[in-house]
Amino acid sequence: MRRHHDMGGLAAGPVDRTDHDPEPWEMRVDAIMRLLTDKKRQIMTVDELRRGIEDLGPGAYDELNYYERWIASITNILIEKGVITVDELGRRMSAVEARWTAERKDVGR
Amino acid sequence: MSGTHHHAGEHPPHQPDIEEHPFSTYQVMAEAVGELLVEKQIISRDELRRTIETIESKSPAAGAKLVARAWTDAAFKARLLADVNAAAAELGIDAGPVPIRAVENTPSVHNVIVCTLCSCYPRMLIGLPPPWYKSRAYRSRCVREPRAVLSEFGTTVPDGVEVRVHDSTADLRYMVLPMRPKDTDGFDTDALARLVTRDVLIGVSVISDFS
Repeated sequence: MRRHHDMGGLAAGPVDRTDHDPEPWEMRVDAIMRLLTDKKRQIMTVDELRRGIEDLGPGAYDELNYYERWIASITNILIEKGVITVDELGRRMSAVEARWTAERKDVGR
Repeated sequence: MSGTHHHAGEHPPHQPDIEEHPFSTYQVMAEAVGELLVEKQIISRDELRRTIETIESKSPAAGAKLVARAWTDAAFKARLLADVNAAAAELGIDAGPVPIRAVENTPSVHNVIVCTLCSCYPRMLIGLPPPWYKSRAYRSRCVREPRAVLSEFGTTVPDGVEVRVHDSTADLRYMVLPMRPKDTDGFDTDALARLVTRDVLIGVSVISDFS
């Protein structure tokens, strides 16, 4: 059976050739992935990244952009492996969001 | 959001660019995961910074250098076609751990690369893939109607020329070895390398002849 990521040969519209450089947060995701897969750490593999992306399911796969799929997969796999916990991730995300919101308010003043 | 009226000293003026586009959950997630990995001493801030610098430093210049050398040195070309990673190492270029195969354009064959399943790409030789390489449209159609896709890039492959599409994987990647344009006999390798762009190395473009 063809899964949703297996799109070779299907019909699709024209190729949108718009070019843009990756954003800083996207480079960060790329760098995190490289470090987690390097010889020194070997915490995860590229195949695991792909499995995590493909397991996002057809909805999320198309709604998320490329590096959003990456960080979603990386995060799930780190939780699965017990490297980080859902709880500490949730708390840290709230803290980051609060910090960034405050920083943005400062910028506005 | 309120903000149709303001009292002096209360709130800053309404700033749609900042306030109406909150950072995405995934940007927050990327920051949080990075911070946690640093705190757990799995990665360091310095490693993160240096890795980003390394990613940013990769460009099509490396691939172009291999092509220019292959055009001017038949023995090197043979070694490149046999083993890209080893040939790159000869020129001091780290092509990475994944094997890369060079596919040669000839008057009768045009090659183009894609990754239908994800985004496998010879990043060490070309840099990060462009957004369209990772798009549904390119991934889906490249293997079914490559000539139509190529024409969207302004590349017309004559009917008599075979188009070969190479579907990259996590374990084997490709780069296109383009044909050397005519009337470039006087060009040195640096001048030749400047003709070789990212899109030429992917195979969605060809280099025009000089004449």
